[in-house]
Amino acid sequence: MSAPDLSTSYLGLKLANPLVLAASPYTKRVENAIAVAEAGIGAIVMHSIFEEEYLHAEAELDQTLSRGIDSFAEATSYLPETGVEAPSPRRYAQLLSSIKQAVRVPVIGSINGSSEGGWLDYAEMIQDAGADALELNVYYLSAGSSSAAEVEDTYLKLVTAVRRRVKIPLAVKIGPFFTALPAFSQRLVAAGADGLVLFNRFYQPDIDIDTLSVVPKLNFSTSDDLRLPLRWAAILSPQLKADISISGGVHSHQDVLKSLLVGASTTQLAAELLQMGPSRIPLILKDLEAWLTEHEYDSVEQLQGSMSAASVADPTAFERSNYLKALRSYDDRLP
Amino acid sequence: MAENSLFRCMDGNEAAASVAHRCSEVIAIYPITPSSNMGELADEWAAKGKPNLWGQVPSIMEMQSEGGAAGTCHGAVMTGSLTTTFTASQGLLLMIPNMYKLSGELTPTVFHVSARCLATHALSIFGDHSDVMSIRSCGWALLASSNVQEAHDMAAIAHAATLKARIPFMHFFDGFRTSHEVSKMTVLSDDQLRQMIDEDAITAHRERGLSPDRPMIRGTAQNPDVFFQGREACNPWYDACAGIVSAEMDRFAKITGRQYHLFDYVGAPNAERVIVIMGSGAETAVETAKVLVKAGEKVGVLIVRLYRPLAVEAFLKALPISATKIAVLDRTKEPGASGEPMFLDVVTALAEAKRQAEVIGGRYGLSSKEFTPAMVKSVFDELAKPQPKKRFTVGINDDVTHLSLTYDPAFSIESPQATRCVFFGLGSDGTVGANKNSIKIIGEETDNWAQGYFVYDSKKSGSVTVSHLRFGPDPVRAPYLIERAGFVACHFQRLMDRLDVLSCAQPGGTFLLNSSFPPEAVWSSLPTQAQRQIVDKKLRFFVINATQVAVANGMGNRINTVMQTCFFAISGVLPKDQAIAKIKQSIEKTYAKRGASVVQKNFQAVDASLAHLHEVTVPGTVTSTVDLLKPVPDAAPAFVRDVLGPMISAVGDSLPVSAMPADGTFPTGTTQWEKRALAENIPVWDEATCIQCGKCTIVCPHGCLRAKVFDDTANVPNGFKAIKASGKDFPGKKFTIQVSPDDCTGCTLCVEACPAKNKSQVGRKAINMAPEAEAAPAERIRWEAFQALPDIDRSLVKANTVKGSQLLRPLFEFSGACAGCGETPYVKLLSQLYGDRLVIANATGCSSIYGGNLPTTPWAKDANGRGPAWANSLFEDNAEFGLGMRLSLDHQKGHAVQLLRSLEGQLAGVPVGELIEAPQKDEAGITGQRMRVALLKQRLATVPGVEAKRLLAVADSLVDRSVWILGGDGWAYDIGFGGLDHVLASGEKVRVLVMDTEVYSNTGGQASKSTPRGAVAKFAAKGKATPKKDLALMAMSYGYVYVARIAMGANDAQTVKAFAEAEAHDGPSLIIAYSHCIAHGIDMRKGLEQQKLAVQCGHWPLYRFNPDAPQPMTLDSGAPTISLETYTQNEGRYRLAAGDGGSLMASARTDLAARLLATKRYVTTETANPAAAGEAKPVQGNVP
Repeated sequence: MSAPDLSTSYLGLKLANPLVLAASPYTKRVENAIAVAEAGIGAIVMHSIFEEEYLHAEAELDQTLSRGIDSFAEATSYLPETGVEAPSPRRYAQLLSSIKQAVRVPVIGSINGSSEGGWLDYAEMIQDAGADALELNVYYLSAGSSSAAEVEDTYLKLVTAVRRRVKIPLAVKIGPFFTALPAFSQRLVAAGADGLVLFNRFYQPDIDIDTLSVVPKLNFSTSDDLRLPLRWAAILSPQLKADISISGGVHSHQDVLKSLLVGASTTQLAAELLQMGPSRIPLILKDLEAWLTEHEYDSVEQLQGSMSAASVADPTAFERSNYLKALRSYDDRLP
Repeated sequence: MAENSLFRCMDGNEAAASVAHRCSEVIAIYPITPSSNMGELADEWAAKGKPNLWGQVPSIMEMQSEGGAAGTCHGAVMTGSLTTTFTASQGLLLMIPNMYKLSGELTPTVFHVSARCLATHALSIFGDHSDVMSIRSCGWALLASSNVQEAHDMAAIAHAATLKARIPFMHFFDGFRTSHEVSKMTVLSDDQLRQMIDEDAITAHRERGLSPDRPMIRGTAQNPDVFFQGREACNPWYDACAGIVSAEMDRFAKITGRQYHLFDYVGAPNAERVIVIMGSGAETAVETAKVLVKAGEKVGVLIVRLYRPLAVEAFLKALPISATKIAVLDRTKEPGASGEPMFLDVVTALAEAKRQAEVIGGRYGLSSKEFTPAMVKSVFDELAKPQPKKRFTVGINDDVTHLSLTYDPAFSIESPQATRCVFFGLGSDGTVGANKNSIKIIGEETDNWAQGYFVYDSKKSGSVTVSHLRFGPDPVRAPYLIERAGFVACHFQRLMDRLDVLSCAQPGGTFLLNSSFPPEAVWSSLPTQAQRQIVDKKLRFFVINATQVAVANGMGNRINTVMQTCFFAISGVLPKDQAIAKIKQSIEKTYAKRGASVVQKNFQAVDASLAHLHEVTVPGTVTSTVDLLKPVPDAAPAFVRDVLGPMISAVGDSLPVSAMPADGTFPTGTTQWEKRALAENIPVWDEATCIQCGKCTIVCPHGCLRAKVFDDTANVPNGFKAIKASGKDFPGKKFTIQVSPDDCTGCTLCVEACPAKNKSQVGRKAINMAPEAEAAPAERIRWEAFQALPDIDRSLVKANTVKGSQLLRPLFEFSGACAGCGETPYVKLLSQLYGDRLVIANATGCSSIYGGNLPTTPWAKDANGRGPAWANSLFEDNAEFGLGMRLSLDHQKGHAVQLLRSLEGQLAGVPVGELIEAPQKDEAGITGQRMRVALLKQRLATVPGVEAKRLLAVADSLVDRSVWILGGDGWAYDIGFGGLDHVLASGEKVRVLVMDTEVYSNTGGQASKSTPRGAVAKFAAKGKATPKKDLALMAMSYGYVYVARIAMGANDAQTVKAFAEAEAHDGPSLIIAYSHCIAHGIDMRKGLEQQKLAVQCGHWPLYRFNPDAPQPMTLDSGAPTISLETYTQNEGRYRLAAGDGGSLMASARTDLAARLLATKRYVTTETANPAAAGEAKPVQGNVP
């Protein structure tokens, strides 16, 4: 029996396997990206270019060069004119281009922002740099009085605007916290998304009780985190004419299999690689292949979506009834 | 014309430096105002790879002083290179020894000098020729420029002539007036410069250079037999020099079309009255003479260009034979001489030529005093009198020796063709930048000629700027401030309440105000003076809320773009659309490197401006009943009211000579009368949250946040905040913290330092910022009450703790330092601890400027009238100056002791023994001694004889004086290091406080040897390539010097402890205090945080080396807990490093490790207390 076909299709791109490098620091250096590619990854998503990062850097440079100038006769300025320029997204584009030239797998650019504005030029820059696709990471936390509808409209406007700017395939990475995710997802696809990435992780700050201060905290995901995207992929995949990529909680071949079963076409890894290194990629692929072989699957494609809400015998397992079942499972454990 | 790319707008410094850079191979630099910019530009150009005429980037080297720069130049020319330097004032004086050598050896070089006042009764950064005149005996050629164009042209002529003449040249132009005036001028191309410089002369210079291939020696020592002859041997070169210069001027004219002569005469060919003058004043004199000649007067002006060697024949030839009355104007003062230098030269020249003329000599323009056409006319008028004053001054009112000429201030020669505009703004709002930019647009993008000059006040926080812009179809030759402006703008409305802004508006002119009042309400917001000017002069009045437009477009308080757009729209200099296009073009050029978003928000501000610009309907009459605010309250002492008040109101020019102290002695404690009310937000104390730690008050840079402990029974008004004093020290007493709302700059350091958090709202602390408008009224009442509370008995306070020290009254208050200054908290702490017995020697720099710049000064007095006595000598000699004070006071004390012993028999009831022996180590000891001295003085009044009189004169010295030597790192690490080292080595009880900002802060951030590797600074535009010098370790190596490295933001308790130990040490003490600074490119609100990070990353280890202790070394900070980058990433000085900045930072990391290792060595037992072991203690008074 021949080895199962691991290839998959994502955003219209042909990938050798469903493992995708999620946006992570790996792409900040060309040699690290090459290492991941050589380890066998199916595609690379670049680290995100942040709207705020550039705005902040530009404002900071402006302030640095403006502070205290032309105020005092002896010191009309305080720093020399060194010719330093604000960090430019062009550097990101150059990096993407270098990585693209150095690897054979598809390279997907990534932009992270929350508003329409001049920074959307970055999208075109990424396309021009040779990206095979673009992942738009929308990180918008409504802490104000915006209604759910307004928040959703903000996302849709952004997707529409980016779609208008670029021709390459577009994936949209969203968070899980939407009241009516299926309806919203449909609208995202209608606005031009070729794929959805489930989910963005909103890093939650912590409280330091010694200093009474709010501290940023970054925890790596675990396989337990996979269940949230699994459920939604299962529900959404039959409904959407778009690819689904699962991100957040993919650490092993089991996680990959689960994701594929519920209908994802790719799975994105970051935490696993950051902790264990790119050498995990061939191991996961080997285990994946072994499982498929053992269970007599010819290809990933054959498996993909076979346990989506449309394919399982009891779709309510992904819905509210499953919740009740889970709660009741504790009933007998208490004295 | 606009297409001609050779036209540029630049200032005189850039004009001179542009030539110097291209014509030099070795450039030695050192910062001094107003010449620093020339060195900065050369360094920046070198960093960017800009070559000289021969394709090589000049080698730029910053030196430790101007003396060092001159020495380096000497070495460079001695070995055959083309060399230059830039300096002024005291810097030039430090070059004198080398200047004699350079001329004596007939070595060509050019020093470019932006001529500046020498410090006499006071320091002044402004322009006159006292520096130039003090080097006239050095044997140098002295070539003067009168304007920006000439600063460029004469620089070229000087570089060309020196090579041929073999005489070194000093090319000079007036500091500020020319060095800082931005003017449209024609730039010399490289080709033109190449045509000026004679390659054969360079070859000859090379061949004269020292070379082991053709060995020779120079600098021999000669004896009486030949020295004299040798000195005379150079005469032929001096005889030839003027001819060479003249020929170079002619060559220059052929190349450029601009003809200069050694002396240029302008005026009536048959003039009877002639003024002889050089420098920028010549421009004014010439333009005035032209007007007077047109009116039929027989007057003229002789401009001196080559002042040395003085070509007498050429002078006589240039002077019309008809001239019988000559006034020679010198921009210097030579007290005691029979006349000023140029006057004497003219008298001699005429006498020798047997030319009959009446010559009078006058002084003008000292320290950039205005020199106007009205003053020129008064000189011509004086010459017309039958008996003119032989010696005179002009521009002031000398009501003491009555030398001054009166002049008619209404006399004006301003061209009707020219547009004149005056802008009042704040330093922080971008007004000057916008105007520099407008000048460039008008001068470089249109056919107009343009000139800009900018006046700043002497405060570093909340400073007021006044921009003077002229432009028009003819070249602008008016090096004086605008007195009649067709356009006046006030960019900050509160200035309208303090200054008579519209006094310079000409009738029918236009006034633009940035105001938060809408057009219909703005009229009634103006004081009567402003309304009257608007009505009487029929001014058109426009208003815009520029601050609102700026904020709405993300520009914060920088209203520059908005006001610039309005200026162009109203003034009509260019068609509106064209103006906006040019402004945007200029924004793109200026801000492109800062990023698209920065350009974008400026564009948005431009586009939003005009919609908010409104013309105000002016009523026919004055309706306001509110007058201009008085500069100081009526309750102020007469001197403050009558002398300092006019200075505050910007009318100090009107003060007569009699108003001024003749010896430069001023009263202290005068900042308290100048209420500037700068802060938009002020701190408000939350007494319920306060833990009474003193951390907020200790960091207050301006002494405006204070703590007091007072009796419960004290009478305080309702609403006065106080809580029970915590701890055991003050049972039954109350504690309060109070801000002086009108002295606060709103820097927020107090809030940053406060460790207490409100239990139910952790975002709030025990001190919180609140809008000034809301909080100030109540705080003003509380501040009055706070001041009325008595100061605490000093002997009750544990002064060596943060909390205790903060109960002592600061005797350094409300300085004009930058908001959030990192230096002044240390200075203030010193004043709290020892202010009532403190004598301070202060090096020139930031601390001498915020400490001693008029109008008002911050050193203050306590309730007993005691307080720090402060003096500034120079930049380079401060340690020696302080040592002199120490020796003097000790000597006087010794004399007092001697006299006490001698008079003991006549001093019944006076505890003579105690007066001599009683310890004064604490407040009780000091107080006891003061009482004994008071008793002694009382008794002495009745004792007859000269010895009693002598003792009375020195009796106060029996109370110990604390002598502190203060300065920055530029002084301590560089220019003053030799002296500091010697003074520390002396073993005398002097205390040195180095406020280490790691750059020359006052002159604008030039690198010092304290600058860390990897940081960019001026003169180190590529990033400093060498590590920071470790001054502390150097001083520790003596073994008997107390040394502490402190950083208040990191450990305030260690700071206070270090001061106490330094003061107690029986020998020299050195405290090196980390001082965050605006020159670090930081948000000053985060200065304390940066101090903390500097310590945590290991850049600034905290320690105290106390030779009096059994184990001298105490490390007060642990091993690094954060990376160097965590600290440096917050500072622009590190972020701006381009190119190999990364490798510099890698080296900087190794520097930290090396510094820590070196420091830790002192913790080991091997080096424990060499002083205690008797190895290193010097014999007292025996200076090694």
